[in-house]
Amino acid sequence: MADGLPMSLSPAARPKLWRLARIGFDRVRQRPVLLYPEGAMFINDTGKAILELCDGTHTVAEISAQLSTRYAADVTTDVTEYLTTMFDRDLVQVADH
Amino acid sequence: MTLNQPTTLLAELTYRCPLHCPYCSNPLEMSRADAELSTEDWKRVFTQARNLGVLQLGLSGGEPLVRKDLEELVAHAREEGLYTTLVTSALGLTRPRAERLKAAGIDHIQISFQDTDTVNAERIAGVRSVKQKLEGAALVKALDLAFSVNVVLHRGNLDRLAEIIEMAAALGADRLELANTQYYGWASKNRHMLMPTREQVERSRPIAEAAIKRYKGKMQILYVLPDYYEQFPKPCYGGWGNVYILVTPEGRALPCHGATQISHLQFVNVREHALEWIWTQSPIFNAFRGNDWMQEPCRSCPRKDKDFGGCRCQAFALTGDATNTDPVCTLSPRHEIISGALTETTAPLEYVYREIATVESR
Repeated sequence: MADGLPMSLSPAARPKLWRLARIGFDRVRQRPVLLYPEGAMFINDTGKAILELCDGTHTVAEISAQLSTRYAADVTTDVTEYLTTMFDRDLVQVADH
Repeated sequence: MTLNQPTTLLAELTYRCPLHCPYCSNPLEMSRADAELSTEDWKRVFTQARNLGVLQLGLSGGEPLVRKDLEELVAHAREEGLYTTLVTSALGLTRPRAERLKAAGIDHIQISFQDTDTVNAERIAGVRSVKQKLEGAALVKALDLAFSVNVVLHRGNLDRLAEIIEMAAALGADRLELANTQYYGWASKNRHMLMPTREQVERSRPIAEAAIKRYKGKMQILYVLPDYYEQFPKPCYGGWGNVYILVTPEGRALPCHGATQISHLQFVNVREHALEWIWTQSPIFNAFRGNDWMQEPCRSCPRKDKDFGGCRCQAFALTGDATNTDPVCTLSPRHEIISGALTETTAPLEYVYREIATVESR
């Protein structure tokens, strides 16, 4: 963020994948990729799992809880940081921001 | 050096266009429809591009909608897994065509607007076009397609930047590209009419920056600075032959828009060569890869891997030697070329309009 330290997304925020972005699979590089206008970001399976839950209905807290269960570890910090970065890059949006 | 996989293909499907914008980046000598690649040629190129690693496809021109096979090309691109953007004037974007493009899997439609002032917009376009553009934008919204507005900025519209941003928001754009003119092709011929004044540039920057913040999360705004007013040159397409391939309507593969100007390059055509050979082996794509070709001050510059010495085509067009530092750079010994160009800003706005020559040069 231009104004100093990045602010973390709140646990109650409901992130939604930018409607111009879509998750694809790059058969050449054999990895998942996030595609959007004039860009592409390679993501790993964890990133993909997070982004797939960004449908505007789940909160950051719910996404963290679901993935913490799936990975049998508390991933709240990682999920929050990841989504904050994606929000700063306009790839994830939050309603009423 | 290890060779990168390309990520972006710009397919200039045709030079035919209903608009005559004097800032067009197309070359001054353009071929006619009979020289265009066929549907099968383009499909093959898209597949070859995807196999090379390309993920982004821009369908551009001219006006890509004049190609009757556009929907078929979009469907093929989508099948290959490419993220496909249609770069259009919106002239010719009827409801049936828009619906077919959506069904074919177009990812994103970018519509150009010339100005918020109708008279001025049509003076730039050279034709009546504003009504059709507004209808095209409404159609894209009605079909819920991902939608960008693109506005090329220059001396004749930069004073209305705030209004331009509001217009894009009112149209419901997801994204707004504000691109200060880059001086290639027709824009280079019209440079003295297009070049903004320093005052305009200084007034517009904070307007754009404030709008980027204000619209965050609603409309993404991309603001491309006018490179003539910058301290350092632009990292042209991420470096020569590094991520980007452009294919012209007649099939020439180029590392940059302006490359046709570099007359001593040996041009290659996708009709005769596979894209993989072109990317990895062709002399043109290898001409300015890495930094062994650099002269001073680039050679010993700490920024050389950041901006790659700027644009090779601009260096050639302005200094006559493509291995020179892009004169936009304030470190360039030829920077006086740019400072000189910045004094051109009082020329009357009598544009030389883009047109396809009636006599074809072969």
